[in-house]
Amino acid sequence: MATTDPYAASEAETSQGRVFTVTGQDWDSVVEGIGSGETDERVVVNMGPQHPSTHGVLRLILELEGETVTEARCGIGYLHTGIEKNMEFRSWVQGVTFCTRMDYLAPFHNEATYVLGVERLLDIEDQVPEKAQVMRVLLMELNRISSHLVCIATGGMEIGALTVMTIGFRERELVLDLFELITGLRMNHAFIRPGGVAQDLPPGALDEIRDFIALMKKRLPEYAALCNANPIFKARLEGVGHLDLAGCLALGMSGPVLRSTGYAWDLRKTQPYCGYEDYDFDVQTWDTADSYGRFRVRLAEMWESLKIVEQCADRLAGLEKAPVMIEDKKIAWPSQLAIGSDGMGNSLDHIRHIMGESMEALIHHFKLVTEGFRVPAGQAYVPIESPRGELGAHVVSDGGTRPFRAHFRDPSFTNLQATSVMSEGGMVADVIVAIASIDPVMGGVDR
Amino acid sequence: MSDDDKLEGPETAVEQPATAQSPENVPVPEETRVTAVGERHGMFGVRGSGDTSGYGGLVKPTVFPSPAQRPYGGWFDTVADGLDGLVESVVIHRGEITFHVARENLLEVARRLRDDEQLRFEFCSGVSGVHYPDDTGHELHAVYHLLSMTWNRRVRLEVTCPDADPHIPSIVSVYPTNDWHERETWDFFGIVFDGHPALTRIQMPDDWPGHPQRKDYPLGGIPVEYKGGTIPPPDQRRSYN
Repeated sequence: MATTDPYAASEAETSQGRVFTVTGQDWDSVVEGIGSGETDERVVVNMGPQHPSTHGVLRLILELEGETVTEARCGIGYLHTGIEKNMEFRSWVQGVTFCTRMDYLAPFHNEATYVLGVERLLDIEDQVPEKAQVMRVLLMELNRISSHLVCIATGGMEIGALTVMTIGFRERELVLDLFELITGLRMNHAFIRPGGVAQDLPPGALDEIRDFIALMKKRLPEYAALCNANPIFKARLEGVGHLDLAGCLALGMSGPVLRSTGYAWDLRKTQPYCGYEDYDFDVQTWDTADSYGRFRVRLAEMWESLKIVEQCADRLAGLEKAPVMIEDKKIAWPSQLAIGSDGMGNSLDHIRHIMGESMEALIHHFKLVTEGFRVPAGQAYVPIESPRGELGAHVVSDGGTRPFRAHFRDPSFTNLQATSVMSEGGMVADVIVAIASIDPVMGGVDR
Repeated sequence: MSDDDKLEGPETAVEQPATAQSPENVPVPEETRVTAVGERHGMFGVRGSGDTSGYGGLVKPTVFPSPAQRPYGGWFDTVADGLDGLVESVVIHRGEITFHVARENLLEVARRLRDDEQLRFEFCSGVSGVHYPDDTGHELHAVYHLLSMTWNRRVRLEVTCPDADPHIPSIVSVYPTNDWHERETWDFFGIVFDGHPALTRIQMPDDWPGHPQRKDYPLGGIPVEYKGGTIPPPDQRRSYN
């Protein structure tokens, strides 16, 4: 009895011609089919959505002539979870819990742009305490490092540079440890809240951050030593995924892709938020407008972020015991809820106060937590510089306790449109490099 | 009623000053009148059961920021000058400027914003749909955020269309980046962007019925049972508004 090969390719006749379904590595019947002369040279390959090199559940529809890509189209939506719609059914504070899950490699940036929009509508931008702003910047810059590390790591993995991946994830783990220490979670933090941040820095956090900075100063040069002048790495990246400044602006590209054309546009410098104007850092650019340039921009940006983190740590050292939440009792939650030794998320002092001393405080707590606060009617858009470019939340309020509409302009979504222009006319292998250089995160693309 | 109780007043009628002498009494010009889109009932937005707060009869209109009058201040006037005659009203709120544009003027406005040397809005951050079911005749809004990198300015364009005729011209020919954004807004709100090169669904499956982010589209969800208790889906829970 002949054994059937579960990985063998199958074929079927359709109105569009012969369709081959290849699930494993056996392309024999495809090669035969093409060689038989019944079909033309044109092959349409459906790459993904379950493909390890497409950076998540991204589906690529590639029209090939030999190994040359003549047309490339993206199919997205496989990770659509209706976050924007869901946010309309929760309070303004709960919205943070949803939007942190969109671009899962940059959760703090999602939270920050939404919270900045809400704060603008509430007209409390000037009342957010300094320590909260510094902590936001600290977390966002740590997040930028971890996000760029994943970009470089997975980008390396996709072209076979596995060491880049292992060391990239090794360092990212250190950042996630810091997140866990500060927020309690490695991702999906919901830590940045309207009016400030959820918690003060835990004891010992500054020491951990300083240790991390010292270690990263030793580890970051490893990437440069491994990749910057590596002939194989350069051969794969240089000149691939080219997109010049005019193309970038027409397609709404931002972030490292835009800066790889030599244009130093960074919202942290041009339209500062959260007090970025007080930090000393440079906007990194490259002038080749290709995948290699984007890699170098990201590498250099990690150094800049490290510089900012260092400055944040110094400032935080002088802000011990300073408030991290706005003083307005109509917005700030009444207590700093923390996991106690009993494992419950309560503050005993606060419970004693509301249960034993003040009925008004109990009512206030209950109203604020269940009903939430009202946000004056209007709309706001406060974009920030996420690791991938301009990330903004269009926040609309009708004066209620829930967002009337929250729309996120995610840079991954916009930048992914460049797939066609970056990869058409090139080789199949270069499609992978071009997409890796865009660094799309499907959670943000599909939301 | 006795004669002593009769209402007392001045012997002669007091002359009301003309509006010229009391500008605060001049009627508000038509274009800056506050218009309400929808109203909110009761204290907490309770539906389906009695409102025990005692404020069940409260009716509050939902009022969005009202249009501004010239001068708008700073560079706002420069941009407004560049769009003279094409803008219906201008709203300035929290330091952000919004130009309300009729849909037939949208393409011309976009072209001017991009090409005029005094404007130079090179970068479009996409379009965001908003559904206001109570804004009769203008139910669907398309909101564009534009950025001028040359001048470091941001403006917002707002275009509306009625539910019955959900058409807005596409600006992909001016800002190619809006290709996917307009597809997304079509997908979620059902706004047809006329002139778009391939207006197909982008997030939802191709055969999906309806446009999920409209207010009349239910959130969906099923009740969750846990330890004997049943929690209804989020859109059916008792909630505040």
